[in-house]
Amino acid sequence: MSILIYLEATKGKLKSSSLELLTAATKTGLEISTVSLGDQNLDITGLKDFGVLKHFEFKDDKLKTYNPEIFAKALTSLIQEIKAEIILGSSSSTTKDLFPTVAAQICASFVSDGTQLIWEQNRFAVKKPMYAGKCFCKVEFSKDRPQMILMRPNQMPVVKSTPVATELISKSLPVSDFKTKVLEIVKGTSEKLDLTEANIIVSGGRGLQKADNFKLLEDLASTLGATVGASRAVTDAGWVSHSMQVGQTGKTVAPSLYIAVGISGAVQHLAGMSDSKVIVAINKDPEAPIFKKATYGIVGDALEILPLLNAEFKKLLNS
Amino acid sequence: MSIFVCVKQVPDTETKIKINADQTGIDSSSVKWILNPYDEFAVEEALLKKQALGAEKVFALTVGPARCIEALRTALAMGADEAIHVQTELEFDSLYTASILASAIKKFGPATTVFAGKLSIDGNNSSVGPQLAEALSIPHTSVVSKLEVRDNKIVVEREIEAGSKEIVELPMLSVITANKGLNTPRFVSLPGIMKAKKKPIHTLNISDLGLAASSNETLYKEFALPPEKPLVKMLLNDSAIQELVKLLREEAKVI
Repeated sequence: MSILIYLEATKGKLKSSSLELLTAATKTGLEISTVSLGDQNLDITGLKDFGVLKHFEFKDDKLKTYNPEIFAKALTSLIQEIKAEIILGSSSSTTKDLFPTVAAQICASFVSDGTQLIWEQNRFAVKKPMYAGKCFCKVEFSKDRPQMILMRPNQMPVVKSTPVATELISKSLPVSDFKTKVLEIVKGTSEKLDLTEANIIVSGGRGLQKADNFKLLEDLASTLGATVGASRAVTDAGWVSHSMQVGQTGKTVAPSLYIAVGISGAVQHLAGMSDSKVIVAINKDPEAPIFKKATYGIVGDALEILPLLNAEFKKLLNS
Repeated sequence: MSIFVCVKQVPDTETKIKINADQTGIDSSSVKWILNPYDEFAVEEALLKKQALGAEKVFALTVGPARCIEALRTALAMGADEAIHVQTELEFDSLYTASILASAIKKFGPATTVFAGKLSIDGNNSSVGPQLAEALSIPHTSVVSKLEVRDNKIVVEREIEAGSKEIVELPMLSVITANKGLNTPRFVSLPGIMKAKKKPIHTLNISDLGLAASSNETLYKEFALPPEKPLVKMLLNDSAIQELVKLLREEAKVI
């Protein structure tokens, strides 16, 4: 039996979420292989520290942008070739589309949004939140099928193991006709990590009073290396892009630190962020529901507090 | 030719969730159920693009217990023409749900296009849409926030990472999963609700589709409420900001 980890990288560097998966895989004692699709110049030297014996690399211009048909074809062919029975990935915009597609092609069990992997009886079971984090459950899989699991980023530790020799194997794309065509990529303005993968998020709501004041939040975010989020009220008002919305009809996030500034904490917002490890709430209204979910709270005007907070963080991080 | 919109009934976000006695799921007796919010975008888009996609009818379809008829009624009240309810008390994994939906679409087809929400807010798996496309052997694209019909093709905008967007062209016969921003779903009007009462709802069993009520291959168990959060630490004095930064480093250890 072997385990295959789907790796993702930014600018050639492995994402820490991929290292979390590798760490979990080393605990199974199974033979570990990894695969990357389309990531050019991926630095794989680090894989030796996570027990990876084989790394499969598909390099093809067709893989430069995500196309479900082409990516699925490549991943399915590899899984079938190496007979991988456990395939792990980290939730991202690519994998949330790719994994269920491949699961259908190879008739695998699939679950997404895992927060904990439990190794029992030569299989992973998964803990995951349900109903927007209002409860949790354990998911167990049939033994007769391969299992494909997507984990939320920032949930598991990263620990190196005894170095091994990693063999790099180049694969070429299976020949096929594809019906889906990617015409164009429109780059977003942000170079930051996606909200769903960010380890620190600073989020703003109506308490910022106007769109221009998001600058204060961006300043704080750049000090902390954080990604900026927003409440539905302000994305609906057009202050910032919908892609920044955290909550029920936006992104579900679970960073280590979530700083909610001028966000009252409607149920729909809480549904998207209440699994965050540490929540800081800054709000004028001491009765705001956000304080019920928060770890630390400060009552006050967001516009006064933000510059002071930014200065204080700078002092700490530069010392 | 018809458009098919797959919908799901889910607990309202505002509903308080209680766990059932044997921890195999939630206590559904006190739950307020709604049409999954992302499915509203899917229904709306089907209605808006009915003509452009060359469809005569819009079907809403779902798999689930008797109560799910309400979700179908909402879709009918929005303007869908007919509904299909594959009624079952059993729970299935996404793969089997997708194959049931595919069989129903084949039975009531041919389809011009298939829509679904990008995910359902109960399990958050976002798996049925792509898996339905596989079951129908047609392409798909997910998380779509803009859709145009051009020269018998569908051109969509879909959100990828960090605010970037991908423009994708697909054949008309594809599965499209809807994201927020695709449109503004219409409010259900009283005349809409009255009209919906007269619209056909086709109720069938899984065996009517020539499928077996297969046992569930993926088991969801040991449901539990999250551990109680400790009470919030309110920082009230003049040095609250300094104190916060100190606590984040020394107590919470997150920076």
